This record gives sequence, structure tokens and C-alpha cells, in this order.
Amino acid sequence: MQQLVAYTIIGLTTGAIYALASSGLLVTYVTSGVFNIAHGAIGMIAAFSYWQVRFEWGWSAPVALIAILGVLCPTLGLVIDRVALRGLAQATEVTRLTATVALMAAFIGIATWIWPPENRQPFRGFFDGNNVSVLGVNVGWNKIIALIAAIAVAVGLRILLYKTRLGIQMRAVVDDRSLAELNGARPARIASASWALGASLAGLAGILLAAEVQLNVVPLTLLVINAYAAAIFGRLKSLPLTFLGAMALGLTEAYLLWGQGQSWFPETIGGFSTAGLRQATPTIFLFLLLMLLPQAKLRAGAARVRERSAIPQWNIAILGAAVLVISSIAVTGMMTRSNTIYLIQALIMALAVVSLVPLTGYAGLVSLAPLTFAGIGAVLMSKMPGDGNIVSLIAVVVVVALIGAVVALPALRLEGIYLALATGAFALLVSILVFNQGKIFSNGVAEVPPLRIPGVDLSQPRPKAIFLSVAFAVVGLLLVALRRSSLGRQFVAMKDSPLAGATLGMNLVRTKALAFAMSAAIASLAGALDAGKVAPDNYTFDRSLPILLLAIVSGVGSIGGAFFGGMLLGSNTVLASIVPSITNITRVTPGLIGLSMGRNPNGTASQIATGFRPVTSHPQSLLTALSGIGALWLLTSVDIISHWGFFAALVIWGLGIVPNLPALAVTSGRSRVLCLLIAAVGMGIAAFFDDIFEAVPTGGRLLAIIVLFVVVGNAIRRIHTPVAPTTKSSPDLMGLTGFTPEELSQSDRAIKVVP
Amino acid sequence: MTALLEIRSVAVRFGGVMALSGVDLDVQKDSITGLIGPNGAGKTTLFNVICGIRQPTTGVVLLDNKEINGVPTQKRSAMGIGRTFQRLELFTTLSVFDNVLVAAELARVSNPHAVAREQIELLGLTDRTDTIAGELPTGSARLLEVARALAGRPRLLLLDEPASGLDDVETQQLGVLLQQLKSLGITVLLVEHDMSLIMKVCDQIHVLDLGNVIASGTPDQIQHNPSVIDAYLGAVR
Repeated sequence: MQQLVAYTIIGLTTGAIYALASSGLLVTYVTSGVFNIAHGAIGMIAAFSYWQVRFEWGWSAPVALIAILGVLCPTLGLVIDRVALRGLAQATEVTRLTATVALMAAFIGIATWIWPPENRQPFRGFFDGNNVSVLGVNVGWNKIIALIAAIAVAVGLRILLYKTRLGIQMRAVVDDRSLAELNGARPARIASASWALGASLAGLAGILLAAEVQLNVVPLTLLVINAYAAAIFGRLKSLPLTFLGAMALGLTEAYLLWGQGQSWFPETIGGFSTAGLRQATPTIFLFLLLMLLPQAKLRAGAARVRERSAIPQWNIAILGAAVLVISSIAVTGMMTRSNTIYLIQALIMALAVVSLVPLTGYAGLVSLAPLTFAGIGAVLMSKMPGDGNIVSLIAVVVVVALIGAVVALPALRLEGIYLALATGAFALLVSILVFNQGKIFSNGVAEVPPLRIPGVDLSQPRPKAIFLSVAFAVVGLLLVALRRSSLGRQFVAMKDSPLAGATLGMNLVRTKALAFAMSAAIASLAGALDAGKVAPDNYTFDRSLPILLLAIVSGVGSIGGAFFGGMLLGSNTVLASIVPSITNITRVTPGLIGLSMGRNPNGTASQIATGFRPVTSHPQSLLTALSGIGALWLLTSVDIISHWGFFAALVIWGLGIVPNLPALAVTSGRSRVLCLLIAAVGMGIAAFFDDIFEAVPTGGRLLAIIVLFVVVGNAIRRIHTPVAPTTKSSPDLMGLTGFTPEELSQSDRAIKVVP
Repeated sequence: MTALLEIRSVAVRFGGVMALSGVDLDVQKDSITGLIGPNGAGKTTLFNVICGIRQPTTGVVLLDNKEINGVPTQKRSAMGIGRTFQRLELFTTLSVFDNVLVAAELARVSNPHAVAREQIELLGLTDRTDTIAGELPTGSARLLEVARALAGRPRLLLLDEPASGLDDVETQQLGVLLQQLKSLGITVLLVEHDMSLIMKVCDQIHVLDLGNVIASGTPDQIQHNPSVIDAYLGAVR
């Protein structure tokens, strides 16, 4: 009996912490419409900062609390609202969701950077060591405070929302944003206030939780899963239900903890260990709740999609595939063994990123679990009989595709954030309950056999790298075929307007399931083709996040974008492993890149493509570009410039100079000479890269190449005569479309719009 | 004349609001039937009920004398129901051609490309075939909605304010097109605020106000119906 009381108290206090976190999440969601995936990460940052000032700098607890909850957290909330999210007000839900995923990734990176795991003092709760006796059970003060804080917040929020002007405005904004605005409320300011409040509540929950579970970046960040579950219990609307959900969750966890200590509790079910069950409780809770939600209603007036992907053209796609394969053959011939292994990792990442092209790029569905499917692919490949037989690979792909569709099926009734959360919950469940089983990864590793192809030894790095680039090229071409097919058009149509699709006869559930199956199948290749020893850590939820981020940032609608994203991720790990001093920067970059997305929802690749468009339509420039590459190749093959020189010069030439060629052709006089001079100097430095940067390790060299290309490209761009940008037809032309461009520019001159 | 579509005592309740309170109306085969009424009368709600986007609280919808209440939205297009949306629901990132092509493919017509080209030509959008739908001016976007709906080969076409955003000439052309559709055997149910268009093309008009049908009849009868003038037409004589 006493045990039961003890565990009930534990449950209630844990529930109280969850309630604090979820109420903060709810407050920001309802007033700003942004479901903050990074909510837990804010709590984590707050907990670390509190620990820093309280235990490292020795501030007193009240001062530390005021500094963190009263200053740091609200500021953080305001900055997030103003800087990161405001620009995305008109973006689609997917984009906004990704922005908060980016935040979460950035916060995890920052925390690991500032507070490395070693030499950490313990995090002590409030009045540590002093207990109170409740019904004969000794309860620590931290738990009592958590309970009191939750009650206080519940009462406080109630008063705020119903008795204060700000609170009434908040509720008005929730009710009808535009109507509230018309009546003098200022939704933007109210959203800022709610972000500040939400961040403080996350911070309080983080600090209280850290005292219970100690400082750990990922577990504290995943506190948010509990908050999600509770918030979904409240249907993202009701605070009382959210509190109730949080308490139920806390109690379930506590009773499971108690049960696991009892003799009657089964240690294994069907041969699978139940050890991860308590850890997985919130996720199971969340998953079940999501499954119980009613079918998403078809709604009119969905957000207008800003992102768009051009239909890939066959000739460009085939050219791209050929260039990829040929250059991987050429480049791997020059690379050292260890660099080839890095290239392999980058190609694996590229496959994982490209798996999101049909799902997120075409069909507009977000998955937080691409690497989970890769992991399943790896596990199946390692268990499959046939030892790397091609038939085994096909079987693995088919099975994972089916798993993708089946897993997705219940989730298909959901949309937007609910769907994203369900995939995230799935990823966590597989990590905790399946991948951690000794049966699945024996001693924490699985041995994925290399694929056996007659005459090719894929256990060697070079053939493996070439094979992976062929695999990527094939997947890319298949995706081009998909996008150009009827099904591909249906995917895009579903993203743009599910309502119109359904009225035209589209079976939305089937279409979504197909998108999930295809994505899972491609992702499984990223696991099954990654021969060697793999660990479950390779496929965790938090590793899937950068994949999604880079996919979206580099242009998830295009295969080239996905390749670019994979390479970026790959080069990130290269940088991190070669130059440990910049590891921390590379940890933060995916998140920071993600946050830049608000400016260009189409991603990097399409920007680069826009830069190249004038070149491809200007034969003279195209010829110059190609002969330049040929000349470099020649110089390298006769050993005048080294392999590094070739690589550097290729980057400077291809990305820095070639996009400027058409403009250079029309520039005259001194500017032209200056531009050519800069180009020549840039190419010279690049060509003799090895001699100039002799002592610099690979990571530093890569950085130097990037800096060189940015400097050269921008210098030339500033000097030459700008080429008129191609005008786009816009809905604001007001019927001017009947005129020729000459007539339009004539009239522009007449009314002095342009000189 | 036989009725293609029959609405029988259809009521729709949103919380405490009755959007439709027991509507009865028929749409005759091969006719152009107008559905008019002030904003908030329940016209779009009725469209949503016919398309299966919203289930009626009570009442039945009959197509060809068969009840279609439980039929899901995506199956109704195969039964011959097509529609356009008052708030445009185009596939904004697809080209004009692909918008129509998707519809033709979903309808499983034998030569979707030809069907798509045909509809685009019919609506006079040939010049804009490759334009991205999201970049169309409103008038053309409305016409594209019609082209897309037609590519689904409907027998019953529901048009939700197709003329808003069109200029006078375009509206006239739309009127001609509607007559053409009628002669091709497509039944049209038309929601529109442009009274001159309604009065010119419709065979039969139903007037909806606050969720009730307050009058039904020929354009001439409707124009002289005192309760309609009261509720909707106002001073227009």
C-alpha cells in the first residue's frame, strides 16, 4: 500500500512537470498557430542555463530562476517568434513545422557545443536532500515544488485567459484572428507574448525535470514528446484536458516503473524484452491518441503553396545521372581510401534525403522517420539469407515499402502536424522497442553484407562509391519518371488541394499510402546498401531531423536538390571528423540553414539552377564552360595540377565563374578586364591549391574552397553589367498579358518606371 | 423532363446554426438550373452536401433516383458529379495543362491528353497551357476550374460563382459556353451573383435564403416574385 502511495506521488509529480510543458506548448500553438517542435529543446536550454548560473557560477536559486525564467526564456521566445517564424506566416504548414524542427536541431547543436558531456557537476533539485513526509512516504522538495508549480500555473493561466485584457485578446485571436484584429487586438503582439510565456513554461518544466533525470541533451529535448501527448489529449484546444492527459501519462509511467520491479511483470513478451516499455510510454500514448483522432476533414481554402518544383526534363535528368556516375568514377580514382569512405557516407545520406522527394517534395507529407526506414532496411538485409544476394535486396525493399504503407495507413487519416507527429512517434517507438532488442542488433551492431554483383567487389570503397552513385542515379531517374507520370501529377495535385483531388475522384488514402511506400523503399536502400557494421544509433529520431531539414532546405521538390542536401550532410560529417575544432559549428549548421528557409522556400538547388539558366540558353557561354572543364581535366591528367587543384578549380569554375559568363559576354572595357583578372587569380589559387594549402588538413581545405568560390563569384557579380532578369508573369499583370515584351518596356519607359 | 438530382429535406447543422433547414429541390436533366440567394444562404453548403464533402444532418440526396448519401466524395465523380470552387482550389503548382490532365486521368478517360487539350481549348485557355496555375489572374483561374471539372466528364456540373472575376465579354462567353454544355447533355447547377447571366441562361431557378428554398421557377417568375425581391433582388426591377 505504501508503495502504491509512493508511486502515485511520483506519477503525479512527473505528470505535473508534463503539464507545465504541455500548457506552454498549447498556449503558443493556439495563439500563433505554430506547433513548436522545439518546445522541449527550449526547456533543455533553460535547464542547462539554470545549471550554469546556479551551480557553476553559484548564484542563489531565486536569482537564477528570475534570470532564466524571467529573462532568458521570454527573450528566447520573442526572438524565435520575431526572427525565425514571423517571415513564415504565409508559408505552408510543412514549412512552418520544418522551421521549428530546424530550431530544435540548432538548439541540440548549441547545447552540445556549450556544455560538452564530460566533467559535469550534478544537477541538484530545489532544497536537495530535504524531504517531506506525505502519507508516510518521504517526498523530495523538488517533486512537491513541481506539483505546486503545476497547480499555480493552472490557476494562473485560468486567471490570465479569463480575467485579464491580454488573456481575453488571446482567446479572441484563437477564435477568429481577423475579427479580433478588426476589433483592435494585435495578433502579432499577442503571439509574441504567448511565445514568451510558452518558453518560460518550457523552461520551468525543463529545470524541474533536469533535477529528476539529470542533464542530458536528448532526453530533456524529448520531454516534448510527453508534452505533445498531453496536448493532443487536449485536442490542442483544452487546457484542463491537457492537464488531465499529463497527469494520466505521469501516473501510467510511475505504475509501469512499479510494475517492472514486481515478480509478476513479464521480462519478455514473445521473446522481446519489455525493458524499454516505460521509456516508450509517452510515445505509445501519443501514437494511440493520434490514431484515435477523428478523420481529418477536407477543408477548403488550404494555404496557398509557395514552394514549387519544375517538372524534371528527361534530357537534363539523363545528363545529370551520367555526369554523376562518370564523375564518381573519375573522382574516386584520385581520392584516398579514407576520403572515398566519406564520399560513401555522403552518398548514403543523399539516398536518405532523396527518399523524401516523392513524399515531401511531391505529395507534401512530412516524415520525421526517414532513417527509421533505412534502419529497418539495414536490419532486414543483415538477417536476410543469401548473404548480399540481389534477390535479398529486392525482397528487403519490397518488405520495407509494405511496412511503410502499413505504418502509414492509420496515420493517413491525419494531416499536417498530426501526421508529422505520428511519424516521429513511430521513429521513437522503433528505436526504443525494436532496435534496442538484443535480437535485432546483437551486442548493439548488425553486420550488413555487401551486395554481391558478379565481377565487382563491393566491400572495397571505390567500387562501393561508384555503385552507390549508380544507385542514386537510377533512383533519380525513376523519380523523374514518377514525377512525369500520372501518379506523380496526382501526388502534386494532392499537395496543392486534397479537396479538389477528392472531388475529381482521387482516393486520398491510397495516394498517401503509395507516397509513403515509395519513400520507405528508397530509404531502405540507404540502409541495405550501407554494407558493414551498423549500430542502432545510426538510425535514431534525432538523426532523421537533419535529413528532413536538408531535404527541405536544398529543395525537396528536385532530385538535384536532394543530392545537394545529401552531399552537404556528408561534407558536414567529413568536416566534423577531420577538423574536430569545428565539430560544433557543423552540429549547428543544419539547424541554422533550416532557419534561413523562410527567405526562399524553393531551396538552394533551384537558386543555383536559376543561376545556370542563362548559361544553358547562351551557346557561347555553354561552350566556354564545357571547354574550361575539359582543359582542367587535361591539365590534371598530365599532372600539371594536382587532384586537389582539380577539385578546387572545378568548384570555382563551375559555381563561381560559369554562372557569370553570359553577363561577362556583354560587359565591356575596364570592368571586363577586372572581372577576367579576378577569375584568373581565383582559378590560379585553385589550380595550385595543394602547394598553397600544403599544411592544411582536409576540412580546412574544404572551407578555403568555399570561401574562395564565394569571394570570386560575388566579386565578379558586383563588377559586371547585370543581365536583365527574366520577367515572370504574375497575377498582378492586370490584363497586360496581351502585349509583347517590347511594348511593355516601351510603356514602362513612357511612364518612367525604368530609365 | 426527369430530375437528375433530387434534394429531399436536406438539413445541415453547424453547432447551433442551421446552414440548411430542410431543403427540397430538383435539378432537371439537361437543364441549366440557377441557385441564387444572399451570402450565407447555404448555397456552397448545399454544393458540399451534393459532393459528399459534408454529410447532411437529415435528408437525402438522390442522383438518378438512387440515394447517394453514404457515397464518399471520390466515388461521386465516377457517378458523374463535377464541381468548381468559389474559393479557388486549383493545383496551384501544376501547369494549366496538368491541372486538366490530372482530372482527365482520374476520370480514366481513354485519351487523357487529348481530352485535356480539348477542354483547355473550349475554355479559351490555349495561350496559357504552360502557365503555372497559381500565377493565373482570377478570371482565367475560374475558367480553369471549369475546364478541370469538365475533364472529369461530369453529367452534373456544379459551378460555384464561375463569373466572379470575369469581365463583361468573358461573362458573355461563359454564358455561351453554358448553353453549349447543355446541348452536349451536361446538366448544370449554377450558383452566381451575376443576375443578368442567371436570368439569361437558366431554365429554372431556386432561391435560397437562410437555409430555406423561398422560391422556385422560371427566370421570369423569379424576377417578379415579391418574396424574392424582398430577400435578395431588392430594388432591381
